[in-house]
Amino acid sequence: MDEFFTDYTLRTVALGAGALGIVSGALGSFAVLRKQSLLGDALSHAALPGVALAFILTGTKGQLVLMLGAAIAGWIATLFVGLIIRHTRIKQDSALGLVLSVFFGFGLMLLTFIQQRADASQAGLDRFLFGQAAALLQSDVITMAAVGGVAIALMLIFWKELKLLSFDTDFAVTLGFPVRALDILLTTLLVLAIVVGLQTVGVVLMSAMVVAPAVAARQWTDKLAFMVAGAAGFGAISGVIGAYVSSREPNLPTGPAIVVCVTAFAIFSLAFAPNRGLVWSRVRQWRNAQTLRSSAVLADLLALAQQHAESPHGHSVEVLAAMRPEQGGVSRTLRYLAEKGLASRNHSGEWSLTGAGLEEAKREVTVREECT
Amino acid sequence: MMSDAISHVVLLGIVLSYFVTRDITSPFLILGATLTGLVTVVLVELLNKTRLVKEDAAIGLVFPFLFSIAVILIARYAGDVHLDTDAVLLGELAFAPFNRVELAGIDLGPKALVVMAIILAVSIAFVTIFFKELKLATFDASLASALGFAPVAIHYALMGLVSVTAVGAFDAVGSILVVALMIAPPAAAYLMTDNLSKMIVLSCVFGIVSAVSGYWLAVLLDANIAGSMATTAGLLFFLVLLAAPERGLVSAARRRAGQKQEFAQTMLTIHLLHHENRPEAEAESRTASLHEHLRWDPQFAQQVVVNAERQGLVTRRGPFLLLTDDGRGRAQREMSQ
Repeated sequence: MDEFFTDYTLRTVALGAGALGIVSGALGSFAVLRKQSLLGDALSHAALPGVALAFILTGTKGQLVLMLGAAIAGWIATLFVGLIIRHTRIKQDSALGLVLSVFFGFGLMLLTFIQQRADASQAGLDRFLFGQAAALLQSDVITMAAVGGVAIALMLIFWKELKLLSFDTDFAVTLGFPVRALDILLTTLLVLAIVVGLQTVGVVLMSAMVVAPAVAARQWTDKLAFMVAGAAGFGAISGVIGAYVSSREPNLPTGPAIVVCVTAFAIFSLAFAPNRGLVWSRVRQWRNAQTLRSSAVLADLLALAQQHAESPHGHSVEVLAAMRPEQGGVSRTLRYLAEKGLASRNHSGEWSLTGAGLEEAKREVTVREECT
Repeated sequence: MMSDAISHVVLLGIVLSYFVTRDITSPFLILGATLTGLVTVVLVELLNKTRLVKEDAAIGLVFPFLFSIAVILIARYAGDVHLDTDAVLLGELAFAPFNRVELAGIDLGPKALVVMAIILAVSIAFVTIFFKELKLATFDASLASALGFAPVAIHYALMGLVSVTAVGAFDAVGSILVVALMIAPPAAAYLMTDNLSKMIVLSCVFGIVSAVSGYWLAVLLDANIAGSMATTAGLLFFLVLLAAPERGLVSAARRRAGQKQEFAQTMLTIHLLHHENRPEAEAESRTASLHEHLRWDPQFAQQVVVNAERQGLVTRRGPFLLLTDDGRGRAQREMSQ
């Protein structure tokens, strides 16, 4: 573990990935809540021509310049998407896909221009496409942290407004908030998050960095603050784990490693989070079904007992099963009742209510009658 | 966006099929890739069904995950094979003519062309045979279901075709162009017509135009062909967006301006009618003071008056405006509505 302190590259990459995780996780939460998950994907693809143009126009491969180009391109892409959605009957999904692919294709054209120039090597720009976390320098990480810090700060300053915007836009409008401006602000923050992450995980995988931490965090809480913090946490941890694993294993690119890790968090959260988790849902469902089934069988046993009040005797499983042909698992239910001490079996395999069972069955009848 | 997801995910299918067949040119790769595309659709639907994840988030979660696995597999186990991620996104159309298919010693043409021709034939057959079902399932899935069609099956068949197309086009043009050509031409066609058959035909035409012009642009600028085609597809869409009759931005703006004028003229007639034969008529019907009383900016007011005169709704007498009979009739009609 002390490799984190001794290995410069690992430390740098881990810090960069961690920063990326925090920013994209936090801001991605808002995108996911507003059903704009794919905006992240679209923005990251659309950033490519911005990066290329920034290089063509300025001739430098300086981080900030390229990031600025990416941000501006992402911005223009959002404007186009908005224009298409507002003025035509084309839906958000198609508008995003259209702008994404066209901008990206245009970006590719520009990249091939760059390829032809004598002075250029595309390598620096390629890393925006696929991410080259391993090539991160300390200065890169500092820039990422700074830009990301600005985004997070703005998010905190406008926390209440953004919260309202995400959950109840109409109410925000009626309260007089400048909803359009806030929308633009949120998109800008998302653009910043994406621009920060592009070099680390690349265009294709950026969508996961925006979506997965938020999805994971959402399963554990209903409160926005906890969700945003949780998403930031999941993102950061995934970034660090991805960086670490990638540095230890040969031929394991960092970007994909981070994405696999954060998606694993999401899957785990979807399955096991208390309340919403699918596993617990199943368990709860099963328990409820079991309760219903045992109530039914209990009532049947009571009915049988009352019919044979003069000469009480037990009844076989088949009889009880025949009473409720549409319900299965009668013998299992009877065993369950036996475990709870409500029914018992005599030596010839016949079931009847115990004293406690009789009381419980009568109580349930009364409750049912009170309810109807 | 599902097509975007599928076109990325086919890489995983190709990788896995490659591991099974150990042959990069095997047709089995197409099958594997298509299946992966379908698996993606299934996974997204499953996630969506849990209701814990909305559809857009599900897509954004599933495809990068599968793509990452593909990239990792390639890096670790297939590093020496020509299966690089660049090709996935970009393809290299320039080499397509050189990669030819031979059957019994006869040169059938470029592999890409043969493969895409077959896929085209299958697609045309599918769309033609199942036109009614596709139409209904697309516009009214519940009705389709109630009538006994199987919209889910149709959906998966369609997604399967999307996967096959993405894979087939892969080698030559990479995933991005597939997405661009699957969205931009149909979106442009959608802006031009309400009729589904016309839309499909128009979409094909736009697709062809984009591809051909994209190629010539690439030749002219010596640029990446696939990127160039995606760009022209986008430009074509943008042109249609502006210029489409009825739904285009230009015609919509014109329509709005026309409506604004009409409304203004009606307001003018009502205003004049309202003050006609009343003591303040003199003040209210001065041409020069209209902009004050109706809160119009002076240029606009001038325009409205000129147009109203041309339409025979008002006449000028000195500095005053008077309603004609036509004008009065219009005002009364509008007010009674």
